[in-house]
Amino acid sequence: MPVLPVTRGTPDPAAPGAPTGAAPRRRRIGPLAAGLLALAAALVAVCVLSLAVGANALPFGTVWQALTHYDPANPHHLIVVEKRLPRTLVGITVGLGLAVAGVVMQGLTRNPLADPGLLGVNAGASLAVVVALSVFGVQGNAYLWFAFAGTTLVTVAVYGVAGAAGRGGATPVTLVLAGAAVTAALTSVVTAILLTDQAALDQMRFWQVGALTARDFTVFWQTLPGIAAGFVLAFAASRGLNGLAMGEEVARSLGQKVGLVRGFAALSVVLLCGSATAAAGPISFAGLIVAHLAARIAGPDHRWSIPYAALAGPVLLVGCDVLGRIVVRPGELQVGVVVAAVGAPLLVVLIRMRGKGRR
Amino acid sequence: MTALSSPAARRARLREAGVTAVLALVIAALAVLGLAVGKASVSPPEVFSAVIGRADAMTRFVIMELRMPRMLTALLAGACLGLSGALLQSVLRNPLASPDVIGVTNSASAAGVVGLVVFGLSGFALTGAVLGGTLAATAALYLLSWRRAAHQLVIVGIGISALCTCVVSYVFTRSDIRDAQDALVWINGSLGRAGWDTSLTLAVCAAVLLPVALCHGSRLAVLELGDDPAAALGVKVDRTRTLLLGLAAALAAVAVAVVGPLPFVALVSAPIARRVTGTGSLALLPSALIGAALLLASDLVAQFTIPGVLLPAGVVTGVVGAPYLLWLLVRPGPHRV
Repeated sequence: MPVLPVTRGTPDPAAPGAPTGAAPRRRRIGPLAAGLLALAAALVAVCVLSLAVGANALPFGTVWQALTHYDPANPHHLIVVEKRLPRTLVGITVGLGLAVAGVVMQGLTRNPLADPGLLGVNAGASLAVVVALSVFGVQGNAYLWFAFAGTTLVTVAVYGVAGAAGRGGATPVTLVLAGAAVTAALTSVVTAILLTDQAALDQMRFWQVGALTARDFTVFWQTLPGIAAGFVLAFAASRGLNGLAMGEEVARSLGQKVGLVRGFAALSVVLLCGSATAAAGPISFAGLIVAHLAARIAGPDHRWSIPYAALAGPVLLVGCDVLGRIVVRPGELQVGVVVAAVGAPLLVVLIRMRGKGRR
Repeated sequence: MTALSSPAARRARLREAGVTAVLALVIAALAVLGLAVGKASVSPPEVFSAVIGRADAMTRFVIMELRMPRMLTALLAGACLGLSGALLQSVLRNPLASPDVIGVTNSASAAGVVGLVVFGLSGFALTGAVLGGTLAATAALYLLSWRRAAHQLVIVGIGISALCTCVVSYVFTRSDIRDAQDALVWINGSLGRAGWDTSLTLAVCAAVLLPVALCHGSRLAVLELGDDPAAALGVKVDRTRTLLLGLAAALAAVAVAVVGPLPFVALVSAPIARRVTGTGSLALLPSALIGAALLLASDLVAQFTIPGVLLPAGVVTGVVGAPYLLWLLVRPGPHRV
């Protein structure tokens, strides 16, 4: 089969913003730290909105009172503390998880299009959840663990494919195509199971869309350890990722333990993606968008781009959740839909920008 | 097609013709089998007499109204999908490219689910809506990757397809559970709805598209040499590629509009065709025939594997296609994708 690779005219598959031949502009610490502060402020603003906005819009004063002098007899306080607060917290952890996972994945695979959704990881989680609901008849929140297991399995598999092709260099397109194909395969199995099990379909459809609706504190406490551990690991691996961006050989000759870095990074991706997807369902594009923005603002240094992503991810996810509650009031658009609606056009723009003048 | 007169080339053509004939026989056998078996079993001679109109009313009804349109739909849709996959894989130079992957089938899912659940369409209206939605998505895909390399079109397609998946999920959460289940059956590619109206729509479209696509086979072979050699041989590369991509999308759209997004038929047909013809070059007609045979066989398997359960054909094609895909991803050697 005379299959020609699609690499012709493919731009350099190096990580976004990898050091170019020309001397990279030195980034000053001051402006970068100021940017982080601004992002943190934005996150606070979005969270306040998330607590106040909804089918029943509440004034900020009430929100403040609910947080400081909680009165369970007051229905408004109940809404804020029991409904919107856990939802916002889950949104923060999920956003952080997806975004940092996106940055680490892109660094690890040296692939600017790496994203948990695009590489088929979400489909693995879906399959695991369907099996949990339909085959094992799992009740309550226990399906979260299955989602986690599914994510882990597929992440390892995708990483294996990327790694196996890595010697010759899997092009970004190949990896994404492989992800799309894996998604198609897993999705058809998911559909086959759902067709025979109406009850599973009924539960599944609300998880499948990717939503923060009706997430309570239990979900938050289940998600937090994985996300926290993943974040710490990612940050620990950030220096090593900087080295990997220059290529495995260069990194090794600089004295880095490449295998260790890869292991740390892969483990952190598994923890972050697994926890985030388990909590909120499959959400595509969040990792992709944030990782690109972080690389654009913070530059190629992962020690900066990871904290940026860790703040920008929650801003994006909680912001999209708020947006979803505003656009179709009094109903709501699930956060997965909003993120995809924002993310798909961005993917197109990115692709078009990369192609410019390099055809 | 250079050196037509060389013995090797003649042998290859002979082999292709032989393979085509064998495939046609296989399809005919599958078609007769499809007409004959079912709840009311009909013997092949009776099938024949029903087709020429000499059987009793009951048999004629079963054959001509129930099974014939279903068989024809499977045949035509399979051929369209197989050909579409062959064109796409050749033009995009990637064995993973197929309408499933670049968003053509997913946009059909989205249009179909919106039509089914939100607007309650059925029959012709649904087919039209899906066709419109799919062609619109394909046009968007093409315009968005305008003047960009082929691999960028693939990425844009994957973006569109992710968006469409989200639309489907969203509609599922907003709908009644029974509607959602109906839509799910359709999404998985089913021939259960096939009637004369659908098979006629398909026949008309296929009658226009199939010959045009098959006629471009020779130019495709030149295009596979690479852009520059093709241009040197006098092929207008960009225009031909656009035309072929459009044709591939239209073929997939037509098929998917009728039978729903069947996974993998388009993906696997062309590589199988290449292998059985053994020429290593693109074999359009065999690809189409293999697509048809695959779909006919899958539909038979889907109907009769689990007694009492009518699985959609798409489940079978999915189960067959997934291992092939995995093999494609992990196989060693220079042809790795």
